[in-house]
Amino acid sequence: MNFSEVFKQSNQLCKVSPDGKYLATCVQYRLVVRDVSTLQILQLYTCLDQISHMDWSSDSLFILCAMYKRGLVQVWSLEQPDWHCKIDEGSIGLVSSRWSPDGRHILNTTEFHLRVTVWSLCTKAVSYIKYPKACQKGIDFSRDGCYMALAERRDCKDYVSVFVCDDWHLLRHFETETQDLAGLEWSPNGCVLAVWDSCLEYKVLLYSLDGRLLSAYSAYEWSLGVKSVTWSPNSQFLAIGSYDEKVRILNHITWKKITQFEHPSSINNTKAVVYKEVEKRTAVGSDDLSLHITIGTALYNTRSKYEICPSPVQIPVVKPDPDRANPKIGVSSLAFSSDSRYLATKNDNMASVVWVWDMQKMSLVAVLEQTSAVRCFQWDPCRPRLALCTGNTTLYLWSPAGCVSVQVPTEGGFQVQSLNWHRSGDSLMLLGKEQLCLCYMDTDQEDKSLGCSFCLPS
Amino acid sequence: MGEWWTTVPIGTSLGNDEISSISHVTMSPSRQNNLVSMYSSLPPSRSSYHVLSSFCTEDNIPQCISYINQELDSLGLSSCIEASAPGGAGLSRVPALNAMHELMELHRRDMSTLEELEREQLKKCSALDHIQMNNSRLKDQLELSIREKSGLHETERQLQLKIKTMQSCLKTEKDEVQKLQSVVAGRASQYSHDAKRKEREAAKLKERLSQLLVDRKDKKLAIDVLNYLGRPDGKRSHWKTAKATVGHEGEMYKSLLNDYEVSQRSLMLENAELKKVLQQMKKEMIHVLSPRQPSPRGAAADDSQDQADSDEEEKPADSSRETLDQSCEYAKEQLANSIRQQWRKLRNHMEKLDSQASLVQSQLESNREMIPRETHKDEMERMRREVQQCKEFIHVQQQLLQQQLNTSFDDETAALLNDCYTLEEKERLKEEWRLFEEQKRNFERERKNFTEAAIRLGREKKAFEEDRASWLKNQFLNMTPFTDRRRCSSSDGQSALSIRSEPEMRMSSTKAQLAQSSTYTTFSTPKPSQSAAVPSTTELYRTLRLIPDSSSSRHSNRGRWQESSSTEDGDARVQSKNRVRSGDLSIFSLGEDEYSLT
Repeated sequence: MNFSEVFKQSNQLCKVSPDGKYLATCVQYRLVVRDVSTLQILQLYTCLDQISHMDWSSDSLFILCAMYKRGLVQVWSLEQPDWHCKIDEGSIGLVSSRWSPDGRHILNTTEFHLRVTVWSLCTKAVSYIKYPKACQKGIDFSRDGCYMALAERRDCKDYVSVFVCDDWHLLRHFETETQDLAGLEWSPNGCVLAVWDSCLEYKVLLYSLDGRLLSAYSAYEWSLGVKSVTWSPNSQFLAIGSYDEKVRILNHITWKKITQFEHPSSINNTKAVVYKEVEKRTAVGSDDLSLHITIGTALYNTRSKYEICPSPVQIPVVKPDPDRANPKIGVSSLAFSSDSRYLATKNDNMASVVWVWDMQKMSLVAVLEQTSAVRCFQWDPCRPRLALCTGNTTLYLWSPAGCVSVQVPTEGGFQVQSLNWHRSGDSLMLLGKEQLCLCYMDTDQEDKSLGCSFCLPS
Repeated sequence: MGEWWTTVPIGTSLGNDEISSISHVTMSPSRQNNLVSMYSSLPPSRSSYHVLSSFCTEDNIPQCISYINQELDSLGLSSCIEASAPGGAGLSRVPALNAMHELMELHRRDMSTLEELEREQLKKCSALDHIQMNNSRLKDQLELSIREKSGLHETERQLQLKIKTMQSCLKTEKDEVQKLQSVVAGRASQYSHDAKRKEREAAKLKERLSQLLVDRKDKKLAIDVLNYLGRPDGKRSHWKTAKATVGHEGEMYKSLLNDYEVSQRSLMLENAELKKVLQQMKKEMIHVLSPRQPSPRGAAADDSQDQADSDEEEKPADSSRETLDQSCEYAKEQLANSIRQQWRKLRNHMEKLDSQASLVQSQLESNREMIPRETHKDEMERMRREVQQCKEFIHVQQQLLQQQLNTSFDDETAALLNDCYTLEEKERLKEEWRLFEEQKRNFERERKNFTEAAIRLGREKKAFEEDRASWLKNQFLNMTPFTDRRRCSSSDGQSALSIRSEPEMRMSSTKAQLAQSSTYTTFSTPKPSQSAAVPSTTELYRTLRLIPDSSSSRHSNRGRWQESSSTEDGDARVQSKNRVRSGDLSIFSLGEDEYSLT
């Protein structure tokens, strides 16, 4: 495992282009584009203000930089550095900006969710979509880029509009049976739209592309409901994480529950492997303390490694405050591996634990208990390999073969806040607070000298 | 006294008519009673006697008599005392005595009744006491229970009160809950209403805002592009037309259809696989079940019926197999039904088997208890241990024996052991001796043969010598001595050759030369014969034609014993032939041996 040098970034605005060739990073009001393989700067663009959002177009030719405070969007071309485009939303304000799947339109959501403005870069045409709903996930494009589903609110009722992205033609418009729609998501094959209600009511609705209600699912009533929803990449499963600390898996034929995964505080499952992170502070003698301090990295010189715990394991649980809104309880993060074989979940009142479930056996495979709260986890897009970070200087990887923790060997204590896999699965982008660093995976063997410690299941 | 008592009721009965009379009558018994009590109390006391004695004096005897008579009368005694003489002081004795006797009797009777009554009274008294005590106790109990009862009553009352208050509380609470519920519901509706209102207002505001923004012609709202981009697919953008919308619809339905087709295909595949499994299961079931049918059993009739059923079922199922691919509803049902039937049969069969198995098991258990694996293991372990112990035992015994041998009975046992060893040695020696003897015998036999042969040769030679001598003599006598001598020497070999026996002919050429060269003296003639006799037994055998020539090499490095054994039978023949003469010739042969060696 190798690490690149550290680069500056701000607002954690770093993205690899969809074709995997370029790396765009924002530093204050500057946009830097590098070659991923050489890390040499290819282009440098200067925006009008501090960039608050940045995104690549689907064809990796354009980069969108949004400055929400100014209500401005600037688009840069990689092929023609002197080409420029500036979109000003004016006094109506801007809260969100995104590319359309074809990479020739930009969808801007105005303040107060007054409307969605669709700007075309091909023609000067502007389209408005009124009544967009301000919710958890109000816009979703189907994976093939053909359709866009938009949640709307009119007359205190929820509607879903399905647009054809090609010419923004409204294909379907239907009312949903929700009290307060919270989100919607296309299935990866683009034929089923999952719609879920706000946390006050457990309700998941499945609509066909033509607006027919395929099924409605509700696990329980009178309690806080759905917290997160994710499709498996093969569209076979719909995983629903809820406030009752359970994940329910629906099948794609009958849309009934296949199974539910519970997140108990004590694990008695003998088949699951429980990896516990153990931190060891390297003993520093008083005589060479000064030396270490001058080096600086020694301050963060804690080595962590995984240990396998025997079967009955007690997991630390933080009891949520019942008086506060959005209590820290329930399954908030769900992620399927690229082959749909594994599901990783995180329960908010056990923030330091990531659970990995086997979707073939429908059982718990592994539990990763970290020393601090898990910030982010993401699956390798090519292999069943999970990377996670907890906001310290260590990168953690899980695969069915075992678990490994790697110290990021950079000076000044690079604290990994977030991570992103390269689309090839060969490298990983680690984001710190103000920095970023690329981590290159060795496909065959891991380098032990860089401070990674293995833990293999027995 | 009893009589007095009895009168009382009479008196009272009489007094029923008139109260005044009662008082009058009752007075008399009381007086009498007093009298009687006086009476009863009188006799024991002396003072009473004194009073009695003072009752009659010399002066008032007649009065006394009359008085006593009266009294006696009143007592119902007929005898009356008379004065012996009127006015005299004496009494007529008989009636007085009679009266006294009667009085005494009366008195005694009274006393006894008195005693009885007293006893009775005592008894009654104690009974009364007992009853009184009982009574008081019961009274106490009663009181206690009454108190308890009142206490319970009190608590009950209190509880009832409490219940009442509670009920009222509950009612109020319920009311409150209802009120609150209604309040909550009201609030909820209010909230939702407000929310809706607010939302509407917000929507209106948004509308207004956007309207305002549009009206103000916000100059800032703009896109500034250097030059417009081409569409990624290179086409020009279309106008929104009805055709386009129809096209979109078509696209959508196409993609939906595609998806449905894909899912249907996968489902069909899955279905086909499942059907295959079902078919196979059915086939296997039939296969499993069919050989069971002929077995004569209690449920044979049932089975046969089942079989008939299944046969009936079979045909449509078979025919369904072809139609299955068309996924005919009817065929599916048939298949499912037949499978179900087969499964039922199988289950029945399994149950039967189970019951049989359990029966057999129970029988087995009753016959001899099954040895569980554990006990078996234990047994094994135990036996192993035993074996180990035995081994140790043996070892210890050996050691002990050795010790004993070494220490206490050293000499004796050593001797014994020695004896044993010597005996063994002896045995071995004997065996060896026997072998040796045998060898020796063989050897002897050989030698005998040899000597015999030598003797024979010697004799022949002698005869030949004699012949020659005679012939020489004749020659000598016939011819001149010189020529004779020369001829003799030259002709010696030839003649010898001609006359020589076969063994001699077989001898090596050197011997022939020797024989030829040995021409000087007649004395030298035995020498070659002797040399011929010495070489070896094998040669001898060869000359004796006991063994073939070719086998000579075989004997070269073999032991003597074997040699002799191999030639035994041949030897035996020779032996039997020559035995007759061997007896007296042995000495000679030995001597000759000695001679040859020197």
